[in-house]
Amino acid sequence: MLIGGINVEILIASLMVASVPILLAALGELVVERSGVLNLGVEGMMITGAIGGFIIAVQTQSPVLGFVGGAVSGAAISAVFALLTQVFLANQVATGLALTMFGLGVSSLAGQGYNGIKPPATGSVPFGPLADIPFLGRILFSHDWIVYASIALTAAIWWVLKYTRTGLIIRAVGESHEAAHALGYKVNRIRLLCILFGGATAGMGGAYVSLVRVPQWVDGITSGAGWIALAIVVFASWRPWRVLIGAYLFGGISVLQLNLQAAGSGIPVEYLSMAPYLITIIVLVILSSGRGKASMSAPAALGQNFHASR
Amino acid sequence: MTELLRVDGVTKAYPGVVANSDVSFSISEGEVHALLGENGAGKSTLVKMIYGLVRPDSGSMTFRGQPYHPAKPAEARRLGVAMVFQHFSLFEALDVAENVALGMESPPPMRELAGRIRAVSEEYGLPLDPTRMVGDLSAGERQRVEIIRCLLQDPKLLIMDEPTSVLTPQEVEILFRTLRQLSAEGTAILYISHKLEEIRALCDEATILRRGKVVATCTPRDRTAREMAELMVGAALTPPQRHPGEKGEVALGLSDLSVDSPIPFGTSLKGVSFTVAKGEVLGIAGVAGNGQDELLLALSGELRVAPDKLRIASAPAGDLGPAERRKAGLVAAPEDRYGHAAAPDMSLVENAFLTAGVRRGLVKRGFIDWAATRAFAEEVIAEYDVRTPGPDVAARALSGGNLQKFLIGRELNQSPSVIVINQPTWGVDAAAAAAIRQAILDRAAGGAAVVVISQDLDELLEVSDSFAVLNEGRLTKPRPVLGLTMDEIGLMMGGAHGMEVAHHAG
Repeated sequence: MLIGGINVEILIASLMVASVPILLAALGELVVERSGVLNLGVEGMMITGAIGGFIIAVQTQSPVLGFVGGAVSGAAISAVFALLTQVFLANQVATGLALTMFGLGVSSLAGQGYNGIKPPATGSVPFGPLADIPFLGRILFSHDWIVYASIALTAAIWWVLKYTRTGLIIRAVGESHEAAHALGYKVNRIRLLCILFGGATAGMGGAYVSLVRVPQWVDGITSGAGWIALAIVVFASWRPWRVLIGAYLFGGISVLQLNLQAAGSGIPVEYLSMAPYLITIIVLVILSSGRGKASMSAPAALGQNFHASR
Repeated sequence: MTELLRVDGVTKAYPGVVANSDVSFSISEGEVHALLGENGAGKSTLVKMIYGLVRPDSGSMTFRGQPYHPAKPAEARRLGVAMVFQHFSLFEALDVAENVALGMESPPPMRELAGRIRAVSEEYGLPLDPTRMVGDLSAGERQRVEIIRCLLQDPKLLIMDEPTSVLTPQEVEILFRTLRQLSAEGTAILYISHKLEEIRALCDEATILRRGKVVATCTPRDRTAREMAELMVGAALTPPQRHPGEKGEVALGLSDLSVDSPIPFGTSLKGVSFTVAKGEVLGIAGVAGNGQDELLLALSGELRVAPDKLRIASAPAGDLGPAERRKAGLVAAPEDRYGHAAAPDMSLVENAFLTAGVRRGLVKRGFIDWAATRAFAEEVIAEYDVRTPGPDVAARALSGGNLQKFLIGRELNQSPSVIVINQPTWGVDAAAAAAIRQAILDRAAGGAAVVVISQDLDELLEVSDSFAVLNEGRLTKPRPVLGLTMDEIGLMMGGAHGMEVAHHAG
């Protein structure tokens, strides 16, 4: 199917792939923020995961181990944030920003000597004849396992937050750490675990950029995806399915503008490249201001450190 | 009766202060036991040790004949100790069932839990809908959530920390009925309060704490409230003196003020009207969350309204900000001391400047006159008996009562013509509260118009000339305090608007 010189089924299929890094990072950050922690270091965790995953994948020649490595590196750098904010009670905003700087530097250092190397390829999941269904086969059954895993993770986080006791405790801690503490929940420990989870998914998202999207290592490879992930979490009102919509919207417009550039539209390239950022934010702002209640859904204790004084 | 809990020689020290020193007492099954004391007497620390939130430094506890030293609240709950907190234990953005589930060890599935909440709440006459958001509930309903959370675990000992401070008289009645029913079923209740009449009505035994030590035990029914108060304070108390004076012209008027709340889960004000004359004290009662915070914001100028909705000395002032209103003679003292009324990490001198700069002329050619500011702070400290090492101490370091004395003094010493105070003695001990009330009355006698917003009915009846109730953002018509009965007040608070209903029911 062709519309205006653009193949729609390839467009949809590739937007799903393009959205994966942001989706993974945003889902992790959603859990972190639901627990009451504002970690602005998503970009730093993503790029650390990108180089960590890249190195492991190249060394072991196993893309799966590469993603595991990405998750571990992301979690490891988020542990620095967790230590500073949950144990030493440092300011979360400043620490998060520093984490981004630190991640960019560390990844650049670790990436010396990995420029121009090709990582092992991550293949599509073989669905056999399903992939040959016209239109739908290309969209639904032609992806690698991470794409499916990211959608499954959206569902899992939604389910855990809404229906399980673990989710209830995470929400409770993010809502009022004083009350949670009074009931005997270990606020800082729960938050620490959420931060590590957020680090791991951001790291996987980063690894997806360096192992599948690009796929090679260059400095600053995540190019601001972490910041978009942060914005998506806020404008999605801290809800997993809206995060998915936001991520796909961003991915979709990124792919579309590349296609438009290739199709030689009259719009200057600069406008096209800024479009995904602009349109995603505008749409999500409109979505979240719809009922005027978006600010109410923010976790009430977001960004506040907790110290059990009494 | 068999002994349920024995506390033996328990001591707990924090850096710089001994919260509990060699405290001993015991509770039998089915007994309602009062724990009395001023703020900082160590009541909270003591119950937190029983509930497993804090560990004692030394001493021992015995529960149902077994040594008892809970390491965490979960363990205390498992053994049958439940606690209803004064603040900080509900989650506004979660619904009732979720809040209950969070306080239970192994909650049943949500649907079953909702059914049990309905059943228990009806059994004890505390109707509650499990699917409602806690943020939308009234203070009394919120307390029901906490009580039901405890009852679902079939407790042997129920600890209640100042449960009535936010309830209407009718709600207090319902609560007492529930507590008596529980006690008849064999549940022991440890009841913390400094409302002495309530303790006389409800409790079998009382342990009185002062500065972390047990100073007396008594049977509340055999003592007068005044005797118990003096045991608590350790000194004779003098009730505030009133100087009945002539009422002057109207100093502050609100006409049909409606304004949306800027606070999440807040209450918007709907058609609020009143006038306060010079020398008059208007007391505004009401259960927390019925628009008190919003009314204070609208009066202080943090929330601006149409110019003619609010008049100071007959001049339109609705669109003026806080500093301009101060210039016009209106000072305001909000409820939240650490963060709203004071900047907690700044010194007392700096805090003194923050509101007094305008009226006391502490700015010279655009620069702060620190010498004058310090003198003003020292004046307030001396005059209002603020216990502090000096004026350069951070506001956060003062206890609630001392900081409140400083903040009230800071406003009162700006020779204002209109004074607005929200919760003047909330969390303040008896001696300091008496001093603050006296200061308010003195200012009124000096010709200031005063609006006191409070949840403490006794306080309002003590200081005010006229009385009104805020209910869901609406204000009843102010009535003279003289001749007002508790029943009428209860009806005013319970949602009846206007006097006809009150007369009809009375």
